[in-house]
Amino acid sequence: MSHFSRETAERARALVALYPERRSALIPMCHLAQEQDGWLTEEAMEDIAELCGVTPAEVRGTATFYDMLHTEPVGEYVISVCTNIACLLGGADELLEHAEERLGVRAGGSTTDGLFTLEEAECLADCDFPPCVQVNSRFVRRQSAEDFDRLLDELASGALADEVPKHGTLIRVRRDGGLRAGRSEVAEERRAMSAAQAERAAAGKDAS
Amino acid sequence: MALTDAPRIVTSRMGRDDSHTLGRYLEAGGYDGLHKALSMTPEAVAAEVDEASLLGRGGAGFPAGRKWSMLRKAPVTYLVINGDESEPATFKDHLLIERDPHQLVEGVLIAAYALQVTQAFIYIRGEFALGLERVTQAVNDAYAHGAIGSDIFGSGFSVDVVVHPGAGAYICGEETALIESLEGKRGFPRIKPPFFPAVIGLYGEPTVVNNVETMSNLPWIINNGGAAFAGLGLGRSTGTRLFALSGHVRNPGVFELEMAKTTFRDLIYAPTLGGGITGGNTLKAFIPGGVSAPWFGPDQVDLALGQDEVAEAGSMLGSGSIVAMDSSTCMVRAAWRITKFFSRESCGQCTPCREGSGWLERVLYRIEHGGGREEDLDLLLDVSDNISPGLAWPPQQTTICVLGPSIPSSINSAISMFRDEFLVHIKEGACPYG
Repeated sequence: MSHFSRETAERARALVALYPERRSALIPMCHLAQEQDGWLTEEAMEDIAELCGVTPAEVRGTATFYDMLHTEPVGEYVISVCTNIACLLGGADELLEHAEERLGVRAGGSTTDGLFTLEEAECLADCDFPPCVQVNSRFVRRQSAEDFDRLLDELASGALADEVPKHGTLIRVRRDGGLRAGRSEVAEERRAMSAAQAERAAAGKDAS
Repeated sequence: MALTDAPRIVTSRMGRDDSHTLGRYLEAGGYDGLHKALSMTPEAVAAEVDEASLLGRGGAGFPAGRKWSMLRKAPVTYLVINGDESEPATFKDHLLIERDPHQLVEGVLIAAYALQVTQAFIYIRGEFALGLERVTQAVNDAYAHGAIGSDIFGSGFSVDVVVHPGAGAYICGEETALIESLEGKRGFPRIKPPFFPAVIGLYGEPTVVNNVETMSNLPWIINNGGAAFAGLGLGRSTGTRLFALSGHVRNPGVFELEMAKTTFRDLIYAPTLGGGITGGNTLKAFIPGGVSAPWFGPDQVDLALGQDEVAEAGSMLGSGSIVAMDSSTCMVRAAWRITKFFSRESCGQCTPCREGSGWLERVLYRIEHGGGREEDLDLLLDVSDNISPGLAWPPQQTTICVLGPSIPSSINSAISMFRDEFLVHIKEGACPYG
C-alpha cells in the first residue's frame, strides 16, 4: 500500500473489521479515497484492492457501476440537478439550462478552474422542494435561477464551507469503535479462511 | 394532519428541530419498545409483528411477519435494512432517516432480537449525506446507551449494527442487488430462485431484508401491541402509512395517513394535505405508487389509499408516492423522462431491459422533439411487449428483476390515456406544449 495516507489507511482497516468478508468494505473505502483525493484515482484503487483482497480491476469494475464514484477528476463542488418526474414538473429543465449557461459547461462537464462539476441527476428523494439540487450530496432547497447564482457565489467564496465540505467527504461523523457483539472473532476466522482459499487458488494457477 | 383520528405512528416526533437526537428520543419514550421486546421471548416479539399484519413498506408490500416466519424455521444470519430509497418521487424514508434515526435504530434492534441475529446492516443511499451522518451518530449514541453491542440492556442478547453507504445506483433498492452491493460488487440483481435472500442471502447466508419505514413501525407495535396496529386501516392494509405527494399540488410533502381510510382525492385536495392543484389548473393524471406503477386519470381519485384497492384498479400503491400532473403537463415528455430514467438505471444484465429501455427512450425523444412517425406508437408498444409480454398488470417478466417490466407502465399508460396527444406531436412535428 503506497497511496493512502496513514490516516486514510487506518480508517480503511477499521472499515474492513466491520464486515464478515473484507470485500464488503470496498464501496465505503472508495468514499474514503474520494475524501482523501477528491476523486477515485488509479493508485487508490490499487490500495483498496490490496485491503479488500481483490484485484484493482475488480475495484474498478465495482466503482464504475456507481454514479457517486468518479474515476476521472471532478470539481471541488459537484452540483447535481435532478430532472426526474417530480422536478420536471417543477421546472428542472429550465434550471439545468440556466446552470449550463452560467457555468459554461454541459451536464457532465467541469469548469476549467476545477471548482465545479455539473451533473444531471436522477431522483434524489427530496421531491417536495423541486427542482431538487445537491452539492456534494448535500441538499440545497428551492432553486430559482437567482438562488442558483447566489449558491455558486457562496460556494466559490467559501461561505458555505461548513455546510458543504469539498467533494469526496461524505460522512463527517465517525463510527465509535468496532464490533462488540463477539462476532468479530467469527469474522476474523472467515477472513483467514477466504485468504487461505485465495492462496490455494493462486498456487493452483501457478502450477498449471 | 390526518383526516381520521388514527395516531401518528412514525412521525410523532417530527415537529421538533432536534428530533434526531438521543436526548429528545428518550424524552419521548424512546427505546421503551426495545426494553419491552427484550423482556419477551423472540417468538412473542415476532408474533406481535405477525398480528399487526404489517405489510412491508418498500414497494412490494409483502407481510413483514410472514417474511420473518419463513426464516424462523432455520436460523437467520443477517438482517439488512434497505434505506436505498430511489424510486422517483419517493421521499418518505429520507424523512425517517434524517428526522428520526433512533426510531429506525430501535426498530432494527427489535427485529434483530426477534430474529436472533447478531449483526445488522443499515444500507443507506449514498446521496443522503446528512442522513448517513445522523444514523451513524444515532448508532454511536445507541452503543453508548447500551442499546447496541454486547449484552444489550443487560438482557444477554448481543448485536452489532453497521451503517453502510451506497454510492448511487437505483437498482440497489432491489434486495438482491443491494446484497451484491453490500458485498462490494456491481449492483446486479440475482436470479430467484435460487437466490431468495431468506435462503441464500448476504455471503450466501439466510438474510432478512426489510425497508426503513417497516422497521420504524416496530417500536410502536411493540409498545402498543400488534392488535392495536391491526385495528387501524382496512382489510389487509393495516396501520398507517407514509404517502409522499409531489408534482402540481400546492402543498407537496410526506403525510402519515391511516391505510385505506383516505382517498387520493383527500390526499391531493384536502386543505390540510395536498391543498389542491397549483395555478388554478385541473388534474390531468396521477401516478399512484412510484414511476413503476401504471397511471390513473382524474376519474379514479376516489379510490382508497389501500394496497388491494389500488391493485384491483390495475396499478399499485408501490412505494407510496403519488405524483399529480396538471393540465399543463405534456404527457409525452413525462413518459419520455421516466423512460430515460429506466434506461440510465438498467443494470445491463438482461437484453430486453438493457436494449429495450434505450430504444423506447429514443423513440419517445424523437416524438417529443418533433421527429415522430405514425408507426412509432405501435413500435413503442411492440418493444414494450418484448420486455413485458402482453403488457398485463401485474406484469409478466422476461428479465431477472422487475426493473424491466416496470418500464412499459408509463408508456402504456400515456398512450392509452393520451393517444391524441402523441398524434398531435407527430402530425405537427413539434411539442404543442413548447
